[in-house]
Amino acid sequence: MNAETPDRARHAHHATPGAEHGERVGVYVCHCGHNIANTVAVEEVAEWAGQQPNVIVARDYKFMCSSLGQELIEQDIQQLGLNRVVVAACSPHMHEKTFRTACQRAGLNPYLFEMANIREMGSWATDDREAATQKAKAQVKGAVDRAVRQQPLEPLYVDINPNTLVVGGGIAGLTAALELANAGYHVYLVERDSSIGGHMAKLDKTFPTLDCAACILTPKMVDVANHPNITLLTWSEVLSVHGYVGNFTVRVRKKARFINEELCTGCGTCVEKCPVRIIDQNFEVGLGYRKAVYRNFPQAVPKYPVIDTEHCTFFQRGKCRACEIVCPTDAIDFNQKDTFVDLEVGNIILATGYEQFDARRVSQYGYGRLANVFTSMEFERMVNAAGPTAGRVVLRDGVTVPRRVGIIHCVGSRDKNHHEYCSRACCMAALKFAHLVHERVPEAEVFNFYIDIRASGKHYEEFYHRVLAEGTHFIRGRVAEVTDAARGPGEEGQLIIQVEDTLIGKQRRIPVDMVILMAGMESRKDARQVAALFGLGCDYDGWFTERHAKLDPVVTMTEGILVAGACQGPKAIPESVAQGSAAAARVAGMIGQRVMKMEPVRASIDASSCSGCRICNNLCPYHAITFHEDRKVSEVITALCQGCGACVAACPSAAISGAHFTRDQVLAQIEGILWDARQPEVLWLEPQ
Amino acid sequence: MRYGYYPGCSLERNAGAYHTSLMAVAAQLGVEFAEVDDWNCCGATEFIAVNRLRAYALVSRNLALAARQTNGSNGAARGQLVAPCSACFLNLSKVDHYLSESPALTNDVNNALAAGGLSYEPGSLRVRHLLDVMVNDVGYERVAATVRRPLRGLRVAPYYGCLVVRPGFRERFDDPEYPTSLDRLMRTLGATVVDFPLKAHCCGGHMTQISRDVALELIRRLLKNAADYQADMIVTLCPMCQLNLDAFQESVNSMFGTEYRIPILFFTQLMGLAFGLPPAAVGIGKEFIDARPALARIGAAPPAEAEAAPKRKPRRNDQSLPLPQMPEEE
Amino acid sequence: MATSASLSRTSDFFREVVAEAPVDPRLEACLQCGTCGGSCPSGPDMDHTPRALFAMIAAGMRDAVLRSNTPWYCVSCYYCMERCPQEIRITDVMYTLKRMAIKAGYSAQTSAPRAPGFAQTFVDHVENYGRSFELGLITRYYLSHRPLDALKMAPLGMGLLKRKRLDLSPRPIRQIDQLKAILDRAREIDAAAQLT
Repeated sequence: MNAETPDRARHAHHATPGAEHGERVGVYVCHCGHNIANTVAVEEVAEWAGQQPNVIVARDYKFMCSSLGQELIEQDIQQLGLNRVVVAACSPHMHEKTFRTACQRAGLNPYLFEMANIREMGSWATDDREAATQKAKAQVKGAVDRAVRQQPLEPLYVDINPNTLVVGGGIAGLTAALELANAGYHVYLVERDSSIGGHMAKLDKTFPTLDCAACILTPKMVDVANHPNITLLTWSEVLSVHGYVGNFTVRVRKKARFINEELCTGCGTCVEKCPVRIIDQNFEVGLGYRKAVYRNFPQAVPKYPVIDTEHCTFFQRGKCRACEIVCPTDAIDFNQKDTFVDLEVGNIILATGYEQFDARRVSQYGYGRLANVFTSMEFERMVNAAGPTAGRVVLRDGVTVPRRVGIIHCVGSRDKNHHEYCSRACCMAALKFAHLVHERVPEAEVFNFYIDIRASGKHYEEFYHRVLAEGTHFIRGRVAEVTDAARGPGEEGQLIIQVEDTLIGKQRRIPVDMVILMAGMESRKDARQVAALFGLGCDYDGWFTERHAKLDPVVTMTEGILVAGACQGPKAIPESVAQGSAAAARVAGMIGQRVMKMEPVRASIDASSCSGCRICNNLCPYHAITFHEDRKVSEVITALCQGCGACVAACPSAAISGAHFTRDQVLAQIEGILWDARQPEVLWLEPQ
Repeated sequence: MRYGYYPGCSLERNAGAYHTSLMAVAAQLGVEFAEVDDWNCCGATEFIAVNRLRAYALVSRNLALAARQTNGSNGAARGQLVAPCSACFLNLSKVDHYLSESPALTNDVNNALAAGGLSYEPGSLRVRHLLDVMVNDVGYERVAATVRRPLRGLRVAPYYGCLVVRPGFRERFDDPEYPTSLDRLMRTLGATVVDFPLKAHCCGGHMTQISRDVALELIRRLLKNAADYQADMIVTLCPMCQLNLDAFQESVNSMFGTEYRIPILFFTQLMGLAFGLPPAAVGIGKEFIDARPALARIGAAPPAEAEAAPKRKPRRNDQSLPLPQMPEEE
Repeated sequence: MATSASLSRTSDFFREVVAEAPVDPRLEACLQCGTCGGSCPSGPDMDHTPRALFAMIAAGMRDAVLRSNTPWYCVSCYYCMERCPQEIRITDVMYTLKRMAIKAGYSAQTSAPRAPGFAQTFVDHVENYGRSFELGLITRYYLSHRPLDALKMAPLGMGLLKRKRLDLSPRPIRQIDQLKAILDRAREIDAAAQLT
C-alpha cells in the first residue's frame, strides 16, 4: 500500500496547514524489544517521520522507556531546541507520565508531549507487518500534527478529603476499613445487609489451616464496630455519587430497622418471642429458618436486629406487636422511616463481593429436585456449629447421617454453558469439605469428582495431600448427572452419580447418600448498576474492571474509585484480604499528599459566543457548569470539571473548548492520521 | 392458525395413530396442518452416517418445498413448519441451522437442489415440534377449555426422549435435562403426572437394529423407572420412542425376566380422549401393549378424590431441613 | 475456534476429521473432562469413551479410531453435546467418524459390524423411493446382513402387520426423479471436491 501511495497524497499533505507553524518536533519510535519491532518496521517509520514537516529529528530506539531512552529525549530538547516531543510506543496508560516527566526535566512543558500508541493499537493487533507499519506512520503523523498545535498547560491542584467510603462489609471491605482507620483516617463503611461479615461469616472452617472462620473474623468485626475512626452504616445502601477524586459527595439511604439503636441492648428477647418463622434465604441460604425480627447470627455486628416488614404480622395485618410487648427497653419503633445521609469523602473503595452460582441451572445435577443434593454454601452452614443442624452432617431429613458423600466440582464454572472461568476457591473448599465429613462422620466415604485439582496457594497442595492421606476417593471426571432412577437392586433408594472415570476410561455409577455441588462464584446481579453508579467498568462476566490486571489490580480507570475482593473476580479469603489492604494503602498514599495534581484538561466557555441555551448544564455528569441568570451565559467551574468533553461536543455554538483537546488539535490529528487517504473515487474515474 | 406440516415416514404407517390423533385434535382446536406436498424422508440418523452432502441435500429438499408452499401463503413472510416426529424435527432444524452457519455448505446444497429446480435460503422457515406448537401457540388455556372428559385418575409418565429438547438449535422451548411442558399439558388434561426422572433419556433409537442387547437395556431402564413410579402408561411425542417402548416391551420382558405391561401412547391420543373423542378416532388399538384396560378407568366415575385433591404436605419431623425453593412451575 | 494456524499444529488425522464435519466441531477445545463419556447411554458398551476417542484423534491414531465401535454405538441422544462445557459438537463428530470409517473400509472391522449395513440399506431405500419403507428395509437388511437373526425379527414384523403398522409395498414420492437428480448432483459435487 505504501509503495503505491500516489505522490499527490504527499504533496497534498504539504499543502495542509502545519508547515507554517515552524515548531521543532522530535519523534521517537520505540521497538519495545520485539513487541513492536517484530511487526512494525520501526526504522522505516522513524526515517519517514524525519521527512515530515516540522520534524527536526526522528529516531528509533530499543526501549524508549529506559533511562537511556529518556535521556535521548532530554538531550535532544536541550541540544536541538525541540519544543514538541512525540513518542510512538505503548499505551499512554503505561508511559505517558514517564515521558512527560522526561520533557519536564529538560525544561519543556509536559503538555507539549504527545504519544502514539503503536503497540496495543498496532503491533499487538495484527500480524500484518505492512499494514501495521502503515498504521504506525498514520498515528505518528497524527501525533505530530497535533503536537505542533498543543499549548503549554499548568496542572491544577485540588485538596483531598481525607475521609474514605468503603462499600461492602465482607472480609475485603473490613480489612480496607481497618487499615485506613488504624492509619488515622476516617472511614464510612456502608453495608447493605443488617450485619457486617459477608460470606465469610457463614463459614465454619477456612482452608488450608482449618481455622475457625468466626474466630478470626469476629475480632475484626468488633474492631470495626468500636473503632473511633469508623462510622458503620449497616442496613444501608449508596443511592448516588457526585464529584471526583478527592471530593466525592455520596448519598446513603439508611433503611429503617424499626429498632431504636439508642435503646436496644441486643438482648434478643424480641427474636425469641416473634411468632413468625420463615426460611432464611439470605444468611442460611435456604437451609434454616429465621424470625420476622432477626439477627443473621449470634455475633452479628451491630447487635441490633431488624424487622422484615414483608413477613412481620404487624406490618402485614396490623396485629401482633409481640416484640414491642416483650422488649424491656421499648426499643421497637414501628414508625421508624428510612433516613438519608450525605457523606463527603475523597476516595471510595468498592468491596461488594460475589454471589454463588444458582445450582438449579445445571439441572442434570438435580438440585431442588433431589432432596439430598446440597450446594456448597448449604454445606458450609450445615457444618457450622451455629448453623441449622448445629454442625451435624445429616441428610435433608435432619436425622440420617450419610455414609457416602459425593462432592462435585466445577458446578457453573469452567463451563461455557454458564461461566467459562474457574471460580478458584471451590477446589480447596471441596477438599475442606472432604476433611470435615471425615472428621464428623469417621465411617463415611467421600468421593471428589473433579476435572483438575487447583491447589495453587501457600500450603494448599499440602492440604490436598493430607486429604488424600485421609482416604478420600478422587475420581477424575466431570459428573454427567445425578439421578434417583435406579437401574437395579444395588441402586435403590440412593442417589447415583454417573461419571466417566477418565483415568480408567470407563463410565461409572457411584451410589451415594448425599451430594454436594461446588457452585462457583458469579458477579452480583446488580453489579452493572453498581458500576454505573460509581462510574467504573465491568467485564463480560460482570466483574469490576481494574486499571491493570497485574500491576494495578485495586485501582480502576476512574480516579478515586478502587476495588477490593471478589467484586473484581473470584477470590478466596487470602487474596481478598490482600486486596483490601492494598486498596487501603493506595488511598492512604493519596491522602498523605493532601493535595492532588490534576490534569489541566478542562473545559472553558467563551462567554461572548455562549447563547445561553443551557444544553451543557444538564449534560455535565459532574455538575460543573453553572448558569449566570444575569448575563444569560454558562460557565465551567474548573475545580469540578473532569475534562470529559461532553459539553464541548454538545455545544451548538462551539463556544466550549476543552484544554488539550481543542477543535484545532483534534482535527489536525484526524487529518494527520488520514494523510494517505485516497482521493475521492470520482477523481480516479476521470478519463485520461 | 395454519402451519406447514411435515409428517415424516413413521406417521404414514407405523405411527399412524399419531397422525390420526393429531389431525383429530387439530380439528377440535381449530388448527390447520397443511401437509407439505411430495415431501421425502429426512434421513433419520442413518443418512448422515453415510454421506454428508447428500444428507443435507435430502433434508434441504423438504425445506425448499416447505418454504415454497408455506411462506407468504398466510401473509407471514416466514412460514412455520411443524414436525410431530422428534428425529424429523431435529434434522430439519439442524440442517437449517448449520446451513446458516456455513455459507460453503449452503452453496453446495443449493447447487445440488438446482438439479431439481429448487433452492433454499437458510432461516427462511421456522421449524417447530408439534409439542411446542400445542403448548405455546395453542396454549394450555385453550386446551383446558376444550377438555370434555378429564383423564382423572390416570397416572401418566411424560416421556420426552432426546431430540425434542436437545440440542435445541433454534427453537428451545423447554429445559434440555428436565423438561416440564408435557407434564403441564397432561395435568391440563386432568391426568396425574408421576415424577419420571428418565423423561429425557434415550429410547435407543435405531440401536434395536444394531445391537439388540444395548437397545433393550436402554428400554428396560425407562420401563423400570415408569413402573417404579406406578405409571399407568407412558405418554410420548416421538414415533421412534413409541415403537421401541411398545413393540420391544415383550422382548425386554423375555430378556430380563420382567413383567412390564405399560401401554405407550402419543400425547395427542390422550388429548383426543380428554376432548371426548372415541378411542377409535385417536388410533387406540394399534399399540402392542393394550392401552384399553388402563383407559377403562377414564370412562368410570372418577374414584374418590384421593389423587385429585391437593396433596397435604407430610408432617415434617421437627429436625428436617427446608428444601430448596424452585421457581414456580407454570 | 479452529484457525488455519491452530489447525496446522494438530495431527493430520485431526485435520481430516475437522474437514469432514459439516461445521466446525470445535474439537481442539476438548478439556478431557469426560462429561461426554459419563453422559453416554451406551457408553458402557463402547470400546473407547468419546473423550478417549478425542484424545486418540489428537494423537493421530487414525486406524484405532476408525476401527472403534464408539461412533456406531452413538444413539444420537445429544446428551454429550448439550452438556459439553466446551460446546464441542460431539454428535456431529460421531457421524463424521462413521462416514470416514465407511470410506476407509474399516466399518466392517469394528465390534459393531452390523451398523454400517443397516445405515447403507436405509439410505438405499430412501434414495430409491424417497421415503423409508420399513418392511423392505428390515427384510433386506436382515436377509443380506444377518440371515440368522431374521427369525428373531419375524414376530415384531408380524405384530406390526397385524396392527396395520407396516406397509407391504413401498410408497415412492411423486417426484422421485427430482430427488434422484438432486442426490446425483450432490454426488458429483463430492466427487469434484475429492479431485481438488
